Amino acid sequence: MKQKTDVLQGTLALMVLKTLDVLGPLHGYGLARRIEQISGDLLAVNQGTLYPVLLKLEQEGAIASEWGASENNRRARFYRLTRDGRKQLQVETQDWEQTAAIIGRFFAAKAEDLS
Amino acid sequence: MKSLRRFLTRLFNSAARRAQEDRLREEIAEHIALQTAENLRGGLSPVEARRQAMLKFGGVEAMKQDYRAERGLLFIENLLRDVRFGLRMLRKSPGFTAVAIVTLATAIGANALVFSALNGFILRPLNVPQPESLYGLQFGEGTRGAQSYPNYLDFRDRNRSFDGLAVYHMTRVGLDTGENPTRAWLYEVSGNYFDVLRMQPYLGRFFHSSDEHGANSAPYIVLSYAYWHSHFQDDPGVAGRTVKLNKRPYTVIGVAPPEFRGTFLLLSPDFYVPMVSFEDESALNARRGRWIFETIGHLKAGVTPVQAAADLSAIGDYLQKSYPKDNGKMNVLLARAGLYGDTFGRPIRAFVLALMLLAGLILLAACANLGSLFAARAADRSREVAVRLALGASRMRILRQLFTEALLISTAGGTLGILGGAILLRRLVAWNPFPQFPTNVPLNPDGNVYAVAALLAFVSGILFGAVPVKQVLHTDPYEIVKSGSLTKPGRCITLREVLLATQIAICAVLVTSSMVAVRGLVRSLHSDFGFEPWNVTLADTDLDMAGYSADAVPAMQRRMIESIQTIPGVSAVGLANCPPLGGCGSSRASVYTDETSDLGPSNVAASAMTYQVSPEFFAAAQTPLLAGRAFTWHEDKNAPRVAVVNETFVRKVIGSATNALGRYYKVSNGTCIQVVGIVKDGKYTSLTEEPQVAMFFPILQAPSSESFLVVRSDREPQQLAGAIRGKLRELDAGLPTFVQTWPQALDFFLFGSRMATVALGVLGLLGAILSITGIFGMAAYSVSKRLRELGIRMALGAQHKEILQAALGRALKLLAFGSAAGLLLGILASRVLASIVYQATPRDPLVLCWPWVWLGCWLPGFQRNARCPLIL
Repeated sequence: MKQKTDVLQGTLALMVLKTLDVLGPLHGYGLARRIEQISGDLLAVNQGTLYPVLLKLEQEGAIASEWGASENNRRARFYRLTRDGRKQLQVETQDWEQTAAIIGRFFAAKAEDLS
Repeated sequence: MKSLRRFLTRLFNSAARRAQEDRLREEIAEHIALQTAENLRGGLSPVEARRQAMLKFGGVEAMKQDYRAERGLLFIENLLRDVRFGLRMLRKSPGFTAVAIVTLATAIGANALVFSALNGFILRPLNVPQPESLYGLQFGEGTRGAQSYPNYLDFRDRNRSFDGLAVYHMTRVGLDTGENPTRAWLYEVSGNYFDVLRMQPYLGRFFHSSDEHGANSAPYIVLSYAYWHSHFQDDPGVAGRTVKLNKRPYTVIGVAPPEFRGTFLLLSPDFYVPMVSFEDESALNARRGRWIFETIGHLKAGVTPVQAAADLSAIGDYLQKSYPKDNGKMNVLLARAGLYGDTFGRPIRAFVLALMLLAGLILLAACANLGSLFAARAADRSREVAVRLALGASRMRILRQLFTEALLISTAGGTLGILGGAILLRRLVAWNPFPQFPTNVPLNPDGNVYAVAALLAFVSGILFGAVPVKQVLHTDPYEIVKSGSLTKPGRCITLREVLLATQIAICAVLVTSSMVAVRGLVRSLHSDFGFEPWNVTLADTDLDMAGYSADAVPAMQRRMIESIQTIPGVSAVGLANCPPLGGCGSSRASVYTDETSDLGPSNVAASAMTYQVSPEFFAAAQTPLLAGRAFTWHEDKNAPRVAVVNETFVRKVIGSATNALGRYYKVSNGTCIQVVGIVKDGKYTSLTEEPQVAMFFPILQAPSSESFLVVRSDREPQQLAGAIRGKLRELDAGLPTFVQTWPQALDFFLFGSRMATVALGVLGLLGAILSITGIFGMAAYSVSKRLRELGIRMALGAQHKEILQAALGRALKLLAFGSAAGLLLGILASRVLASIVYQATPRDPLVLCWPWVWLGCWLPGFQRNARCPLIL
């Protein structure tokens, strides 16, 4: 089994935004499950680290939360993306893709390209 | 934007202390419940399902910590908690708190006061646009800044370094606005004065050089804002009004801005008048008499003061060559405008800087004191610190708590000090020590003063807060909890002791020098002035102000003398143009020996103080006549010129003392004057001066409109003043008169030394209080540290005396050492003082014995202090 890394807060925040964008409102556990599934068990331990990130995003105004009923009919806090959050996601996606593309090009480069 | 919103939310959460713990707890419970359910579906046993869910969630407490940090501003919350805790701790020991705050408040207050003097006199010189390029001219040799009008015109027109040169001169004048005539101070200025200063009027207009067309043109006056406010009731229609100065009509054309108080920092005028409209043509044309107070101007951009001085000195050389009879060597120097070059500037600057140094030392001493108080307190609290450390508090956290307490004290002390300082400063600014002069004390506190005081308070908080740092860092919680407070014997001399000894030495210097100054001042009041000022009242009038001229002046003067003589209780009345040390502008004249035929500047025998006096003057002033006679009323313009001279005159001009009577000498216009009397040397312009050459002329031969009546009487001065005013009003109701006693006039000359004495005394007192509290604090600290040991020794039968010695021996040794060092330094410093304060001598027996008095006072205090812990 590969080493589970601590997910950087910023990356986690971006993942939260993207998940909410794709799947619509979710509660904390749901978010943790989805991120875990998509990222390949990245969030298998320390799921709790998600909550400070959620709070930070909420205080920044990127997401909003309200009480709702969960699958097993208990009270749960549901998070949804706000308009500000959608904008932030777009910007950060672009930044991320740009960075990834640049790094990608570097890794693809061969010795003769750099000489 | 995003981070701002986050910050504001966090700030709000911190401020509201909004508890979101419930929400988090609920979310965590829900999360774990859902995960457990998931695990159950995966086939785990209920117990294992829950365990796995918890594992997966991770450390709950650590997460909660992060969550809380994210929600609010942890730093601010901790700070507030520290402040609350600190306030509680300070409230618990009100004595300590009060002593610390008062100590700091006095030190900060003293610094604020002295800094505002520094600020007023040195940092922020004149309230004019671009003061940094404004310079005053000083003419190296001889008459300092003063210049004659024709020479000024040459300097103004021939220089290439200034944007313009203006002159101003302070004069007293009788002002008649149609009602009661009053005396006022004015600046007679060159027409370009306001333009050179780049000033704009507050109201109306200023006069310009274009208004000047020779003598008696431009009869305009510009009021100062303060005078307009107090004497014209802020009348917006004042421009165009006509007032009479010395009975001549002038038109008010404008008001100067409120912040402008003249170009000499010590004396602000009531109004400004063009010189050409105020002075006689003869005064304006005389190249020789250098009477104009100061020449000022803005340097042209790019010209350095050195270049400008060279340029002006070249003009000075030219003037000397062109008018050798009138001008000596003029070596021009530039000085920052505002304090009249080095004449006032140098002593004031030196004095203020020295005071600032002393005030800084006082503050350092206060910090050292508070530092040892804090260290003692930290030692008393070592158990608390140990317990907190044992419970897991970081040392940083504990230090932060201690610093918070220190800063709380420094904030409180600083605020108190600044408030007290500001109140005192307002008093000082309003204070007018010389009623006859419009003194201008530039001490108003401004932003600079407050900022510096606040900074000092903050820095001293950090400084004395830092003293116990090492103590806390080296606390070993295990040892302390086990055995109580720990004493580490062995260190020979601690930093604290060195600080305290230094502080005692500084304070001893201050006390010694203030005592030297006070004693000198007291003695100088009873020294030999060459006249007897006690029981003499001076009535100062200027007949010029009431429109008298030529022959009307001596006649009126004689009438005044005769009329005052009729006041009951008056034993003698004399009259002088300006009595010695009378607080008026004294004049000098060059004198030549009888044999000199070329009366140029190079052959001057002496520059003699010149007085015009009535025959009765010497009797009224009780100036001892050593030989010859006083004048008579028959020595008038038709009689041969005569003079009474002093001993130094005889020595320097006549040569031999034996047959001086009847000999002749010359004055600069070639007149031969016969010496008919010799009087004792006296003090003429200051109390500290060397013997000066002086001569007295009869008023009938050398008339002067300025008239000081010298009235000797045993009557109470207030009553006498009223009687004198009444008599003079009978003679001429339009004559402005100022009455004060001669000792009051002497105050002017004692002012400098008195200020020095007061400042030193106050600082010395502060220093004394500080070192007493310092010694007290150290003694208390060392006793509290050794309480246990002393108790055991006591129980084992040690004598009271031995215990005292053990507890306080060190403090006493420090005190003795510091005092001795300070006394030595103080005696050295007093040599410097001797130049400011007349007759100050450090070898005064009373001064030398003060430390023993001091020791004697404080020993019993220690004993009382020491007994308390022993009884416990």
